Amino acid sequence: MSRRAARAPAADKRARTLVTPEGLALPITIAPRSARAGALVIDVTIIVAGLVAFQLVIRRIADGMLGGTGFDPDAMPPPALEFLGIVFALFVFAVWYGYFLVQELGPRGATLGKRITGIRVAARGGARLTPEAVIARNLLRDIEIFYPLIALLVFAVTAQNGEDIGLLGWAVTGWFALFLLLPFFNRDALRAGDIVAGTWVVKRPDARLAPVLSAQGAAAAEGASTLTGVRYDFGEAELSVYGEKELQTLERMLRDSPPDALRAVHATICRKIGWDPGAGDERAFLEAFYAQLRAKLEADMRFGKRKADKHS
Amino acid sequence: MKAPVISAWFGRGQVAAPPEIESAALRSDRFRLEREGDWRRLEAILARMEQGGLRRIADDDLIALPALYRTAASSLSVARETSLDAATLAYLEALVQRAWFQVYGPRQGFVRWLRGFLLGGWSRAVRALWLDISIALFVMVAGVIVGWLLVARDEAWYYRLFPAGMGETRVPGATREQLLASLANAESAAGLAGFAAQLFSNNSAVCILAFALGFAFGIPSLMLLVHNLALLGALLWLFDTQGLVVELAAWLSVHGTTELFGILLSGAAGLHIGRAMAFPGKRGVLDAAAAAGRRSAVVMVGVVIMMIVAALLEAFPRQLVEGTGARFLIGGTMLTFWLAYFILYRPALPTEDAALPQGPA
Repeated sequence: MSRRAARAPAADKRARTLVTPEGLALPITIAPRSARAGALVIDVTIIVAGLVAFQLVIRRIADGMLGGTGFDPDAMPPPALEFLGIVFALFVFAVWYGYFLVQELGPRGATLGKRITGIRVAARGGARLTPEAVIARNLLRDIEIFYPLIALLVFAVTAQNGEDIGLLGWAVTGWFALFLLLPFFNRDALRAGDIVAGTWVVKRPDARLAPVLSAQGAAAAEGASTLTGVRYDFGEAELSVYGEKELQTLERMLRDSPPDALRAVHATICRKIGWDPGAGDERAFLEAFYAQLRAKLEADMRFGKRKADKHS
Repeated sequence: MKAPVISAWFGRGQVAAPPEIESAALRSDRFRLEREGDWRRLEAILARMEQGGLRRIADDDLIALPALYRTAASSLSVARETSLDAATLAYLEALVQRAWFQVYGPRQGFVRWLRGFLLGGWSRAVRALWLDISIALFVMVAGVIVGWLLVARDEAWYYRLFPAGMGETRVPGATREQLLASLANAESAAGLAGFAAQLFSNNSAVCILAFALGFAFGIPSLMLLVHNLALLGALLWLFDTQGLVVELAAWLSVHGTTELFGILLSGAAGLHIGRAMAFPGKRGVLDAAAAAGRRSAVVMVGVVIMMIVAALLEAFPRQLVEGTGARFLIGGTMLTFWLAYFILYRPALPTEDAALPQGPA
């Protein structure tokens, strides 16, 4: 597996296979680290913005209660102020842990940031995602990122005040770097929380059903062009040039390439099968060629013969 | 994926009616057109499930979900053998995966899980960690003794453990009256609720740290336990010099039996992960760590609850209740309650079928 992964291009390196209880192998893609970092930034921004807004509201209420004398935490708090303080402390705690927990336990398995970047949490190896796993992976986020960051901030302030913090700063920096870089040192891009919880972060499956190619244009009308009425009929030898890989490249181009690109493909195919490339009816030609090539390859497939690409 | 992102935010829009089945020239495309209706229905159900949970789904759809999922899965395996339409294969793979996430996704929401947790899941998880709890308890007791001995041998250690603040009366050489005063109750309840909230977030942060540090083979968790309990040992020594150790114990026991129990559990939870990673046994390190992590996460949720209880006890009864006997009574009751809950409370393990909702299976 690892040797194969080493040769494969970057996108394939993140491809994994998930086997469902029905025994069906499904391809699954590990989320890129950049998407995960982006999701974290979005989530933290949302949390911090929410907390700041909440604090402003609390402060406004407190100001109103003090009759415009200002918010003075050192003053002996009257019960109302104390109540606001408790509400704020509990709100911070609930938001900090609840934000990730509730959303990742939801049916999408993703926080808002993860949804925006198109990724989700899943249990490693096709097991069921459990509340325990989500709790474990989120409790560890604190020591991975936030405690060392806060510690570094505190040290920075202490150092500014002229106190010597010695090696401690380096130790915390090392700790921070170790956890931050952990996803770069394993194939599945697991952070410490993922390791402990048995989870990984994958790309959210998202594909729309494309139109049926063989029900439109020249492919449907037995190779006849709707533009010129010419019938394209390819022989056995002409259809044996290409394999499945080329067929699927052609499919992709028929679905979303501009006419210019189709002209180039048309010319290439004509050269390859020894036809004289005309002009102006490229799309019909390609549709007919696609339908007939696919019909041939699929017929072979039913007899157990597969042709991966033009070289095989 | 190439579809514009904005349109995805405003619903899927109208789906064009599929072409007539007979119009498709290829057998594999006819196969697809025959089944497309089911796939689209599954997709619509999934989209609604992902948006708003189960409540917004009609019962018919919910009952049909497992069947539709299996239809899509079998369509995929047939299509893989008969069709070369890459777009359809990619769509089916994504569809089956999305359905798989819902059908085999988290079965319980947070509230339902919390109920199962309080009614047996928590005490079961705690009992599963008995070895780690024993080790952590041993380390904690050792920490107290170390703290006591260190300070008894050299008073300078006391200042190293407790950097003395201004106006701190609990220092070596303090008089009996000063120490007793620090144990006295507060005049009124004013300010205590805020104190409780502060204590709670502070203490649970320490516990989560002790748990999370278990990742480094559990050693930092144990060091954290030793350090915290050495402080306790030093404090005990200080009050012992004036013969007040029983009064201190009573004062501490009000919340301490809950709080120290919570710290013990979080240290044990951290140690459990660390031990699983250091000695994974026959399984791989990752599997062992994951199994241990899930078990200890359950314990940790319980620790947070214990910290809430401890903070309330610390802020109100400890500050308001006077008298060694009454304080011991509260602390002892709490300790008995926790021990009974963890050791004696053993409800029958809910069977897999009963614990999980009927329906998608």
